[in-house]
Amino acid sequence: MIKRKLEEQFFKLLMVLATIVVSGSFFLIVGTIFYKGVPYMNWDMISKTPGGGFYIGKEGGVLNAIVGSMYIAGGATILGLIISIPVAIFINMYMDGKKFLSNTVRMAFDVLFGIPSIVYGAFGFLLMIYFGVRASLLGGIIAVTLLVIPILVRTLDEVIRTVPGELRDAALSLGSTRWETAKVVLRAIRPGIYTAILLSFGRAIGDVASVLFTAGFSDNIPTSLHEPAATLPLAIFFQLGSPVAEVQGRGYASALILTIVVLVITVLSELLLKRFYKNKI
Amino acid sequence: MTFEKPHISVQGLNVQIGDNHILKDINIDIPNKKVTSIIGPSGCGKTTLLKTFNRLLDNTSDVKITGKVLVDGENIYDPNIEITHIRKKMGLLSQRPYPLPMSIYDNIAYGPRIHGSPKKKDLDILVEEQLKNVGLWEEVKDRLNAPATRLSIGQQQRLCLARGLAVGPEMILGDESTSALDPLSTHIIEDLFMKLKEKYSIVLVTHILRQAARVSDYIIFVYMGKIIEYGPAEQILKNPQEQLTKEYVKGYIV
Repeated sequence: MIKRKLEEQFFKLLMVLATIVVSGSFFLIVGTIFYKGVPYMNWDMISKTPGGGFYIGKEGGVLNAIVGSMYIAGGATILGLIISIPVAIFINMYMDGKKFLSNTVRMAFDVLFGIPSIVYGAFGFLLMIYFGVRASLLGGIIAVTLLVIPILVRTLDEVIRTVPGELRDAALSLGSTRWETAKVVLRAIRPGIYTAILLSFGRAIGDVASVLFTAGFSDNIPTSLHEPAATLPLAIFFQLGSPVAEVQGRGYASALILTIVVLVITVLSELLLKRFYKNKI
Repeated sequence: MTFEKPHISVQGLNVQIGDNHILKDINIDIPNKKVTSIIGPSGCGKTTLLKTFNRLLDNTSDVKITGKVLVDGENIYDPNIEITHIRKKMGLLSQRPYPLPMSIYDNIAYGPRIHGSPKKKDLDILVEEQLKNVGLWEEVKDRLNAPATRLSIGQQQRLCLARGLAVGPEMILGDESTSALDPLSTHIIEDLFMKLKEKYSIVLVTHILRQAARVSDYIIFVYMGKIIEYGPAEQILKNPQEQLTKEYVKGYIV
């Protein structure tokens, strides 16, 4: 009896400790960014592009990187969705009699999922050289799109697989074609599509390696797809690398901005999801 | 059993999924505008048999189907056939209701919309008519734009029936359609079947013998993928000819 009780206590303690370590480190990370970044946070940081001498401590902000990151993450997610939804539907609705084929495709995406983003960056860079495109917003969007496609495909695939086969049978029995049935399935997984978008956007906005060669860096907000674009992670990297304390502090402020952007998107999508569930399902 | 003008005629049908020989040399005729029930123990192939009638097995992996299924004289396993018009002829009512992820109104309007572009006014009339047909109109007329999933399970099943009827089928396929329902809803659905058989041929898969007795004109007994006995309901239930049927009806085989 005592042994069982001790065992129970012991494993409970382990679980509590693990939970504390994990949530503790979360607060530690966010806390550090706040602590180091807040003193350097000001309106200029988010409303101005870097002025002359910004990287040696003179005035300006990182609006260029905020806008650049939004453009790249947003563009890549939209482009990624346009490609991934048909792929996920094709695997599930048109290849379902052919298990071997669909599983091969799934495995390919699993492999792509695990490839480090620098490889996507390098591949994007090669593509750009081949097509004669310079480091630009377009290059960044393409490289990050390659990065998020596996995430989107696998997430959508998992969600589509949760749709009961009977719902498809129901649509087919009414005389729907496969494509019409696919549209019904897409309606059924709408909340899952939002989750996929969120995951993809989060990954896209935080990735450095894929945009390193492909998007370049610029102190200006890009006005066309062919201009280079700054991104927040790269801006943080450059600023933290500076020996000037003022610039390092701004690096943390930029990290704070990036964290808040991700946080706001997460919270907004949660709210959207909740509203969706309340009204629709 | 043979009928002069069968609605469905199954000839030499074999179904294999993987190494599993599920249906073995099936030859049956389904009569017009009667209720035919398929009974048999779990896993005997009765649902598979029902699904061959509107080719719902097409999307199953490793499935091999040989033989013929003639619907109104047309072999639906002919590779050149256009399948959506065959499926349109049959309304399916599955074990649990699966309303489409849209409003009550749109659930009914879905079928008519994919098969043509009806006017809003005609759709309104059709939706009301079909909901009245299944006795749901009074319960939902004030919330036609609410999501269909808000209805109770029993109401959802009636909605699914109305949705199937809205495309103008000739036949209703019921796959244990009342097994998820409470007794009252079951009763309502059974009454609907009795009313609908004037206009439609109805094929029901059921494992509830009393239900088969209540609604069927004919009964098919399936065991281990074979048709053991097929005849008028009365005869199968009260005076079966085959030993296996006798044992099943008495409740010795589950």
